[in-house]
This record gives sequence, structure tokens and C-alpha cells, in this order.
Amino acid sequence: MADCELVVHNVQHPDGTPCDLLLAGERILAVQPHEPNRSWECSVFPGNGALLWPSCLDSHVHLREPGFEHKETIATGLQAAAAGGFGQVMAMANTDPVNDTPGTTRFLLDAAQKSHPQGPALLPVGAATKGLQGQELAPLAELAEAGCVAFSNDGNPVSNTELFRRAVEYAADWRCRVIDHCEDPHLAPGAGINEGRMSSRLGLKGQPTVAESLHVARDILLASYLDLPIHLAHISCRESVELIAQAKQKGVPITAETCPQYVLWDEGLLEGFNTLAKVNPPLRTPDDVQAMRQAVRQGVIDCLVTDHAPHAGHEKDVPFMAAPNGISGLETALSLTWGLVAQNELDAADWIRLWSQAPAEVFGLPAPSALTAGAPADFLLFDPHRQWDVSPRSLASLGKNTPCLGASLTGRVSAHFLGGRCIYDGNAPLAGSH
Amino acid sequence: MHWPHKDLLSIQQLTSQEIEHIFDLALKFAEINQRPVKKVPTLKGKSVVLFFAEPSTRTKISFDMAGKRLSADTFSLAQSGSSLQKGESLSDTALTLQAMHPDAIVLRHGASGASAYLARQLDCAVINAGDGWHAHPTQALLDGFSLFQVWESFAGKNVLLLGDIAHSRVARSDIELLTKLGAKVRVCAPRTLLPPALKSWPVEIEQDLGRACQDMDAVICLRLQLERQQAGLLPDLREYARHFGLGPAHLSHARTGARILHPGPINRGIEIAAELADAPNSLILDQVSSGVATRMALLYLYLTSTREEA
Repeated sequence: MADCELVVHNVQHPDGTPCDLLLAGERILAVQPHEPNRSWECSVFPGNGALLWPSCLDSHVHLREPGFEHKETIATGLQAAAAGGFGQVMAMANTDPVNDTPGTTRFLLDAAQKSHPQGPALLPVGAATKGLQGQELAPLAELAEAGCVAFSNDGNPVSNTELFRRAVEYAADWRCRVIDHCEDPHLAPGAGINEGRMSSRLGLKGQPTVAESLHVARDILLASYLDLPIHLAHISCRESVELIAQAKQKGVPITAETCPQYVLWDEGLLEGFNTLAKVNPPLRTPDDVQAMRQAVRQGVIDCLVTDHAPHAGHEKDVPFMAAPNGISGLETALSLTWGLVAQNELDAADWIRLWSQAPAEVFGLPAPSALTAGAPADFLLFDPHRQWDVSPRSLASLGKNTPCLGASLTGRVSAHFLGGRCIYDGNAPLAGSH
Repeated sequence: MHWPHKDLLSIQQLTSQEIEHIFDLALKFAEINQRPVKKVPTLKGKSVVLFFAEPSTRTKISFDMAGKRLSADTFSLAQSGSSLQKGESLSDTALTLQAMHPDAIVLRHGASGASAYLARQLDCAVINAGDGWHAHPTQALLDGFSLFQVWESFAGKNVLLLGDIAHSRVARSDIELLTKLGAKVRVCAPRTLLPPALKSWPVEIEQDLGRACQDMDAVICLRLQLERQQAGLLPDLREYARHFGLGPAHLSHARTGARILHPGPINRGIEIAAELADAPNSLILDQVSSGVATRMALLYLYLTSTREEA
């Protein structure tokens, strides 16, 4: 075929058929049944039977730049996204300065363009309130014009319901959704562990699940009253998903996300004051984990996100309560959640929906590649059998703060293409490795 | 007895046999404390750092005296005046101390898990002298030793823990120790001072102090941090004292000769009526004496490791 520039040879299409993917420029030229012995005149990228999926969208990450470059830079964060299978990441506003001015938004976009001109793409999330202080609205229109795709006070929940209402209304005029970090700050000050058996035993101040579900209920009532969508961030407990399920049945325009940690791990991981498992909201009980899995399976939770929160080693290597919250998640997310597919907790179609189609729909972003002739050549290859050890050397992110450190995972992104170019090759030495 | 532990972080680590062994040793060391010359050369040449990053009087002096009576060299470090106050991390302070090759660090710290954190980093023994709300194993051991000297066996004994259970490292460690030794434990406090998920603990819960004292062989009063009122957990100290301060009328429901304990310092008239604190069945000052003997036993065990006898 004369126009073909690259063949991705021997991959498994999401419909289950072995295929060869022919690329020309930024698009897929053709998807052909796999022919093992065919020779090609153009370049060939060996797929080795890997699963072919659309490139994923992580709608909740923290890239730390500007202000906290020792934790992560835009360059290292995007490198981690590329390795993790994410072609687009939505970066939260809690940088220093906060992303509450068009200038900061433009800085983020420029830095991303400079370090990763071929992608992954950084999609800024603007602050809902100035300085994330919860006192005055940020200039949402200007932020949207500068490139913000959503607004959030993530990390600093807006407890002033009047102000939160106005943010939701104002953002809607710019076709942007507000992402709410659901936490009543008066019920959860200074926690990093679920309030319950583990917090009692370890003598740590806990965060009750009701701190989250109270705000979930508030947001559901507001979304219903305003008939405007609100997106609920990193949902972690049974009460919250029960409220969301009821609201969706009634047609309330509410959407929700959760993270791999809340469908995989419970508070038992904090045994021994394990700061690598300290997140906000905290890991909950085994019953909550079951509820989260069910909610993900049934679509009550719309999408998965990493809440990638890199921190420097010395920041986590302190007594528990002094440690910051967060897990570095971009590079382990697909592997960890693939484990749920391997256990038949999810099927592969759910998995693709949760990591690509659903977040794009929630935030009104272009649909992920259809992986058919003429579609953008934005896809990843996932080797479901590849074993890999999670170690500081195997992670491109500056943040090595994951409870998976030292673990061996099964399944990994083996290559990642955006616009027809390979932005990550898992067989090549890790660029930007630290 | 072979002592397999490098560190003492919580009572959870210890078996009931090991706790009884500590009591047996403490009995022997208690005898030394009665002598005209209260010093033996057992730990001569050993050095113990007393690293108290939180204010303490009795625990620090108790460890200091325990070490000195066994001829160990003890060195004190407090948060104020230390590099911690200049912003140095706990880890760096500890590693600096380790470079001076102490044999043990006794740590008091306001953060739950601080001792476990330090123990992971240091080669020397780490003895937890109280970390946040988490654990105060040496206090529990001295409380247990005080009762052991009276009872000898904990089987069939009932003990009430009264006061701020939620924020008390002493309560957590006492409950672990007493139940491990076979006693039954009841707790009494306003609901705001009870920890969440208390039903999963091996304790009975009783909100009425008179009923809580019913059939008790001992009542351990806990110190009420006065800032709990500011934190909104209590409306008023007078009201707390009226409902949860141990008085003679409450104690009349207990078994004859029931013992009274308190880890100190006491807020007289709030947690406990003054006359009860000074009553003949009060073990409050015995606890202080037991503290020195128990800590001598612990320093001996953790600094000499595998030796059989004192």
C-alpha cells in the first residue's frame, strides 16, 4: 500500500481479532486481518500480539509545576502519562501559583508544548475560586478562554455552598463542568486514614465516610435543583455510591469518578503507619471496596482517574501524620485495573470505557480514537502478560510514592502512539528515568 | 529467657509470657530500689538517649533514674533546644544520634507511629515512651506491674478505664496488656471521648459511671487534656467532673478494696476526687515506683538482649 508509513504488526483489536494496523500521517490508514508472513515495504512496529486500545484520558492528575518541581515537572509528569497509556491528562490547579489566572494556564500549556510537542496533551483544570481559598470565584471565563477544560478546588473543598453554586452556574455558561472534592472540611481536619477500626488502633485522627457523603448529597441536591452537571471527584465509600446511584436513577445530572486505590485496597494497607498508602480521601474498609467495585461495574461511577499525586521521597519518609497525602499513579493505573479484568470483576470493554470514552464524554472532549480507518492514530498497545517490577527505576514520574513499590504487576503498556507517532516504546530504555 | 525484640513499640508485640517475664525482672529490680545504695553495674558502659520531643516529667525522670541505677550513661534531648526546633527532620536527628552509637533511644513524640518510624531507621533499640494517641507500652507495663504486685494473677479481675479513651495512648496500651493477661476491661467516657469502632475492641462500654464501677477490682482514671473543651468535645469541665469524675459514691459499687490508678499528672477534682487519689487503696504513687523498676527491667532486656538472668 503506497501511502502506508508504518505498520503496527500483530495486535489484537478490541473486537478480539488479530490485526495489522496501517498508519499514514496522523491517521489510521487501514485495519487489516493479521497476516503473519506478509512482508511490508514500510517500517514495521512489532505488536507481538498486544491488545490494541484507544489512548486513555486521565481526568484527574497533579503535575506540581509551577511551584513544586521537586515533586514532579510537567515534562516528567507527561513522560509518566505517556508510559502509563494516557494521551491526555487533566491537571489540577493546586500549583504555586495556583492556576487561577489565564497567565498560569498559558504557562502550563506552553510548558507542555515545549516538553511534549507530540503529546501527551495537558488539559488544564482551573481553580474554581481565587487561590483555592473558597472566598471568591476565580475568573472562570478567562480561564476557559485560555484553555481550561473544567474547574475544581481539588484539595480545598468549597464549603460555602452559595459560592459553590455560583461556580457551577457560571462555569456552565462556558460549557465547563465543576469537579468537586467532596469533603466536609469541618468533619475531616488533618486526617489521612479512615475513621474506624484502623484509626482507633493506630491512634490516628480519622476521616469519617460521612465527611465525603455529606458533600456528595449536597452536590446531588444542587445539581438537581440547578439542573446543571457536577462531577464528583475520587469517590471512596459505600454511602457515596448509594447516593449517586439513587440520584442517577432520578436523572440528576451528576457524574463521578474513583481511583484504582479505592477499588483495590482497603485501610489494612496502612498497617505499620505506611505513608505510601496515605491518600485523601483515605483508603476505606473492605466493605467500601466491594461497594466501589460494584459501582464501577454497574456504571454508577462514570470513570476511573489516577489522582496522580507525586511527592518527593523525603516528604513521605516521615511519621504518618506529617506525610502528605497522595499516590503516584499514572504508570501503574492501567496495570492495576487490568487486574480487575483478569479477575473477571470488569470486562475489557468496561475497562476501555472507564479509562477513555467515559471521561471524554463527561468533560465534553473529543471521543477517543475509534481505531478504524480514517480515525486518529491515537492508541496504545497493552501486553496483558508482561510482568514488571515497580521500582524507582521503572517509573518515569519523579514521584515514587506508590504502595506498589517493590511489587510485581502483570500487564503493562508496551507502546503508546499519538498522532501516528510512537511517544512511548516499552521495549526501549526508559527516557527520563530517575 | 531469650529476648527476641530489638524495639519496644507497643504491647501488641509482646506475648503474655514476655510480659510476665518483665514483671518478674521488675520485682528483682524493685528490690534494688529499696537498698541504701541504689546502683548496680549491670549496664555499665551502655548509653541511653532520652529523646523527649514532647513535654514529660515523670516518664523522663523515671527512665533516667532506671538507666542510672543500672549504671548506664543517660543523655537527654528535648525538642526545645534541639535541632528539631530548627526544622531538622526527625529522621535526620535520629541518624545524627545514631552516629554517636547509643545502645538505645527512648522516644517520646507527639506523632502516632513516630517510634515505629524511628525503629525502622536505627540499628539501636528504640523504646517507645509514648507516641501520639497510639501507644505508651512502658506505662501499661508499669500499670500492670503495680496491679501484679497486689494480685499476682489477672484472671477473673475486672478493670475499668475511665476518661478520655479516644485520645489516650495509655488506654490503648492498658487495654492490650490487661486483656492479654486475662483481665476483663470496661471503659467509661462521654461518647465524644470514645474512639470510633470501639465495638471492635475487647472491652465493655458503659456510659453511667456508677454502673461502670459495678464489680470492678480496679479503676484506672485517665488524664483529661483540658484542651478537649476547646476542641468542642466537652461543653464544660464542671459538667465532665460531675458525670465522669470518680468519687466515693461511684467507687462504692466496686468490689471491696478496689484499687485506684492514674498515670498522672492528676487534675484533682476533675478526673478523680482528691480524697480518692490519696486513699489507702490508691496505687498512684506505687505506679511511680513501679515505673522505675519496670523501666530498669526493660532497659536490661533491650540492652543486654539474650542474657538469662538479672
